[in-house]
Amino acid sequence: MIPRHLLIAVAAMTVVVLAMSGYVWRMRRRVEQVEAPHVDTRPVAPPVSGPTEQVTLYVAHDELGVLRAEAAHIPLPTGRQERAQELLRALIGVYLDKSSSHPLGPGAEIRDVYLVDPGLAVIDANAAFANAHRSGVLDEELTVASLVETLSTNISGITRVKILVDGKQRDTLAGHADLTGFYDVAAVNELASQMR
Amino acid sequence: MRWSSHRHSSAGVVLSACFAICSIVFVCIFIFASTPANEKKISIYSSSASYTLAVAERNGRDYVGLIEILEPLARIDLKSDGLHWKLRCKSVTAEFTAGETRARIERHEYDLASSFLVENGRGLVPIASLSILLPRLLDTPVTFHEASRRLFIGNVAVHFTAQIIRANLPTLTMNFSSPVNPMIATEPGKLRMVFTHEPLVGPGSQTLTFDSSAMPSANFNENNGAAEITVNGSAPLLASFSKDGRTITIAPAPVPTQAPPAAAPQVSNLPAAPAGSPPAAPAMTAPAQPAAQAVPYFVVVDASHGGEERGAALTDQLAEKDVTLAFARRLRQELDAHGLNTLVLRDGDATLSLDQRASLANVARPKIYICVHAASLGTGVRLYTAMLPQGGGDRGPFLDWDTAQAGFRFASQSAEASLSAEFGNRQVPVRTLIAPLRPLNNIAAAAIGIEIAPPASGISELNSTAYQQLVAEAVAAGVAAVRDKLGAAR
Repeated sequence: MIPRHLLIAVAAMTVVVLAMSGYVWRMRRRVEQVEAPHVDTRPVAPPVSGPTEQVTLYVAHDELGVLRAEAAHIPLPTGRQERAQELLRALIGVYLDKSSSHPLGPGAEIRDVYLVDPGLAVIDANAAFANAHRSGVLDEELTVASLVETLSTNISGITRVKILVDGKQRDTLAGHADLTGFYDVAAVNELASQMR
Repeated sequence: MRWSSHRHSSAGVVLSACFAICSIVFVCIFIFASTPANEKKISIYSSSASYTLAVAERNGRDYVGLIEILEPLARIDLKSDGLHWKLRCKSVTAEFTAGETRARIERHEYDLASSFLVENGRGLVPIASLSILLPRLLDTPVTFHEASRRLFIGNVAVHFTAQIIRANLPTLTMNFSSPVNPMIATEPGKLRMVFTHEPLVGPGSQTLTFDSSAMPSANFNENNGAAEITVNGSAPLLASFSKDGRTITIAPAPVPTQAPPAAAPQVSNLPAAPAGSPPAAPAMTAPAQPAAQAVPYFVVVDASHGGEERGAALTDQLAEKDVTLAFARRLRQELDAHGLNTLVLRDGDATLSLDQRASLANVARPKIYICVHAASLGTGVRLYTAMLPQGGGDRGPFLDWDTAQAGFRFASQSAEASLSAEFGNRQVPVRTLIAPLRPLNNIAAAAIGIEIAPPASGISELNSTAYQQLVAEAVAAGVAAVRDKLGAAR
């Protein structure tokens, strides 16, 4: 005879499997039928305050098409990932300034930076960052080199950088600079040295 | 006791098997639910708009959103209490009721193929009834190819003719009554052109036969809201656009004359295209027929952007795609004048993906690939070579798609230096950089990108004949100067 507890266990698991199948099926139909607008309701993180630290920002200058290392003092949190985010937000802040040497479109911002071991940094920019970016090979690679150099110079251990837009992979920044792959920091260092 | 335990273990095995089957069913349902099915589509073509909509399947019937289909065609005023819909399209009033198989248009009632549905505030009509509803709602004749779900509103059809032109290299010339911009994919012995946005209609016969061993036939068929022309060939085929997309010329890809008799090893020079991209036609299928006698291309010039992709807006009126095309044509003349056989990849206003450009360039097997860009930033000319990622995973004879350029880096730098010197000789400001600019890294030949910025006199001169001629002369002279080096590269 089959033990009763075994029967009950298998029956229960079968019911669970069937119920989950039905649930997945129902969810799929619902997703197909209802396309709810995606609204980002997350609260905006308050700006970091406190003692400042000296960092090196690699700032693009369109007039000469160069990338220059510039010292800046910004408040930085202690966490490695948070520091990376604040660094890039400070860099974007420079570009959003009225007298910017490499203006970005209004509303451009870095949503998040994720540090993934070993050595990978993922930069997630918002849609305005890419959609309003001026199109051109030099223009776009100045932006990419500026982000990658600033991050890798100030945060140790980063060897590769991936840039996402609104959490998704995008073919190019604004029609030219490739965003489908990973940027090797060593290759971007070579580019940065050509841009000095 | 021994018997009992044997029974227990057998029953356990049976029950485990039942559970495993259920689990497999769940996994299958999960996989099926999470991967998008081959979505059914309907394409609508009219003089004001051509668009494609997703088809919903309900109770075994195909439906489409009523408002979605009408909105691009006419102004719609809709009044609805949820189940009863009353809409005004142009000056025609129509009424639909959820669950009813009859619709009222003006004073007449019409039978629908199945009932009108309302889901989440969206009214769905059966596709089979569109040929009854739309002519009355839009007051325009409508032709509906129901099996392929292609709806033609008014007289918008695009027709085409095809003929073989015999020359040193036989070519198939297809002339279209309006500009077209198909997606092109190549595979061994076939070139497929898929027309999604164009109201292309077929010739009298679905199969066209030609008196050519290189391209013996072509097929036209329609399916899932798109039309497709497949050209069958005995060699890898290349397509090029001209007359602003009204003409597509298809020719066998040239094969290097110095190719060894056994062509299979040539594949080693071709990078493996990424999944989902049109694959490069392998050279192993190339016959020693007419194509083998053709003069191989020394240079492939790629006018970047094109079609729906305008590139940078250089001024209010000037798009990057127009500057690159004008320059590419001028550069071809200059290169030809230096005795360098040149293929312009985009010779019209067509959309080509980066993978398509790389595949077409690799199939043509040039000694150098030059992609042309234009910008308003800075002055002079910028020359780019590929910024290659580390590593790369070449497998046996196949090159890694992302780093196919790695073996040709020195040839590219050599060409870049030569071009740079020629620009210097002509007092054109020049800068050399590496760049993350696809498809440079996918090209299995010397590859450089040229970004033409305005001269010192300003952006208005960017598209001028004199400036473009100066730049084209420098590029052609630079390539000619390293002709021998490039010929021996890799």
